[in-house]
Amino acid sequence: MTMHDTKPYEPVFTPERRAGLEELLKRYPTKRAALLPALWMVQEARGWISDTAMTEVAEVLGLTPAYVKGVVTFYTMYHLHPVGKNFVQVCTTTPCNICGAENVVKALLQHTGCGELGATSPDGKWTVIEVECLGACGFATPIMVNDDFIESVTPEKVLEIVRKYS
Amino acid sequence: MGFPHKPHPKETVVLSQYFGDADARSYAGWVQRGGYEALKKSLAMTPVAVQDIVKASGLRGRGGAGFPTGLKWSFMPKERTRTHYLCCNADESEPGTFKDREIMRWTPHALIEGCAIAQHAIQAEICYIYIRGEFTEPLRIMEKAIAEAYQNGVLGANAMGSGKRIDQFIHRGAGAYICGEETALMNSIEGKRGNPRIRPPFPAAAGVFGLPTTINNVETLAAVPHIINRGADWYKSLYLSNPKSTGTKLISVSGHVQRPGNYEITMGFPLKDLIYDLCGGVKPGRTLKACIPGGSSVPILNKEESESCILDYEGTVAKGTMLGSGGAIVFDDTTDMVYQVMRLAKFYAHESCAQCTQCREGTAWTVRILQRILAGEGTIQDLDLLLDLADQMTGKTICVLSDSCAAPVVTGIKKFRGEFEAYIKGARKPVMATV
Ligand SMILES: Cc1cc2nc3c(=O)[nH]c(=O)nc-3n(C[C@H](O)[C@H](O)[C@H](O)COP(=O)(O)O)c2cc1C
Ligand code: FES
Repeated sequence: MTMHDTKPYEPVFTPERRAGLEELLKRYPTKRAALLPALWMVQEARGWISDTAMTEVAEVLGLTPAYVKGVVTFYTMYHLHPVGKNFVQVCTTTPCNICGAENVVKALLQHTGCGELGATSPDGKWTVIEVECLGACGFATPIMVNDDFIESVTPEKVLEIVRKYS
Repeated sequence: MGFPHKPHPKETVVLSQYFGDADARSYAGWVQRGGYEALKKSLAMTPVAVQDIVKASGLRGRGGAGFPTGLKWSFMPKERTRTHYLCCNADESEPGTFKDREIMRWTPHALIEGCAIAQHAIQAEICYIYIRGEFTEPLRIMEKAIAEAYQNGVLGANAMGSGKRIDQFIHRGAGAYICGEETALMNSIEGKRGNPRIRPPFPAAAGVFGLPTTINNVETLAAVPHIINRGADWYKSLYLSNPKSTGTKLISVSGHVQRPGNYEITMGFPLKDLIYDLCGGVKPGRTLKACIPGGSSVPILNKEESESCILDYEGTVAKGTMLGSGGAIVFDDTTDMVYQVMRLAKFYAHESCAQCTQCREGTAWTVRILQRILAGEGTIQDLDLLLDLADQMTGKTICVLSDSCAAPVVTGIKKFRGEFEAYIKGARKPVMATV
């Protein structure tokens, strides 16, 4: 993905977001501690975290870009690439797995047109990934569509969910 | 009130009393239900007096290790010469466990109150509540409840008019099971990769930001207001088997039962009654095969062991397993144990922070060998290889993630060896492509 390189970079930390970050900084004795929240702010604004955005965060918090990248890559929820408009996470860990989670994945890949895990659908609307335990094992199979947490999904319910978000 | 089921007569409803009751979520609703009385009472006591009540109650950590809570608090410096911190562990990522989520969703003020009492007991002005990134709904509810607690003077510079400062801040995780490990959690709060730290120093001496810190699980902290309100003797009397395991415990039940969900039992409750009575047993026509009683990190029990296991710290150990975080995963006779052991190992391989060689390499190789077996290309020696590998992964690393991967592998092979051999000998059709 290089499309972000062709346009001039617009800083994420506008005066308004900067003020929000300053508020967060009051909660911690070090600037570094605001790194995870700052990265969330970037992802909320841009949908993913580019190398340029990492450099911006590094400057704002007085860290090096390499340090920021080291942290970003440790945590699975930060996107290193743009993702579909609807980003779907499906739990397939053991408790959900024995309740048929892999069939939910298959139904999602089929109905969203993604074809395979991690790929974005041709219309750019969907990306589906498998994730580990979402902490809702008694409601198999839980999925997340962007920030929405949906419980007890079965292959039969997938089409309706896909229609709702399309 | 039960959730998602009505309470069963055999449950002991304390923490889960207001699960499903959305009115209990607001500050006003919480106060109407007797909320914040325990905090008021605690603030009128000395920190040590609060510690002593919790010690006497027998409360032990609900996050996995079962360490006595009052004792843990007493490790904090008596004199506060530097900032003290409390970290509330709401990372809840252990497969099979989903109780802290319900506490935060339905009774956010119970957690705020429990944290505030603990903060007073250990003289910590600041509490960070570390919530896993995927818990978007609990996060919103907790944020709202904390804002309300500030508006109503429960939190802030003059908490409940006590003249003491009590602050609580949410720190949102970003996807990493390992951040539930207490030292990794502290690193994550500091804006670092979530790598566990070598102990000593222990958190009470040098924790988050190098300052004295206590880390407690959500359920542990939510139990504290009840203990303050109803007394240590009441809590201590709640046990059915061993007086060293007191109080109630939320057990999250998942997998092959008719009614999965959270159930609140008195310590010492039989696992058999939980599975068959409270959860309605397995589906008609099926039989119980195995159960992992304490979240995915603890050894697997077979049917006989499950049906005679007592749910408390000692009762689970007597069966060679652990109470852990209280996530009971139930497997019926349709389960392919080889595949599910592989899936568990895959979880640990994915979640290894990769600091320690035994864990980074061991978890990855365990998965590959298991996948080889599932592809019909395993040998009998592979089973010894897996056990040998598991041995190298146990007790040799900074944290116990590696041990947690070994536990289901070792007990899986020991108790369900025939299923592994069936793949190796070609008696079972391969279920995976060649790896
Ligand atoms: C790999 C790993 C993951 C853990 N995950 C959690 C977790 O998600 N929540 C939790 O409360 N404790 C977790 N723990 C246990 C914590 O390290 C710690 O013991 C606990 O939060 C202490 O609180 P307690 O004394 O109230 O139980 C984990 C431990 C390990 C080794
Ligand atoms: S295993 Fe799927 S939510 Fe826990």
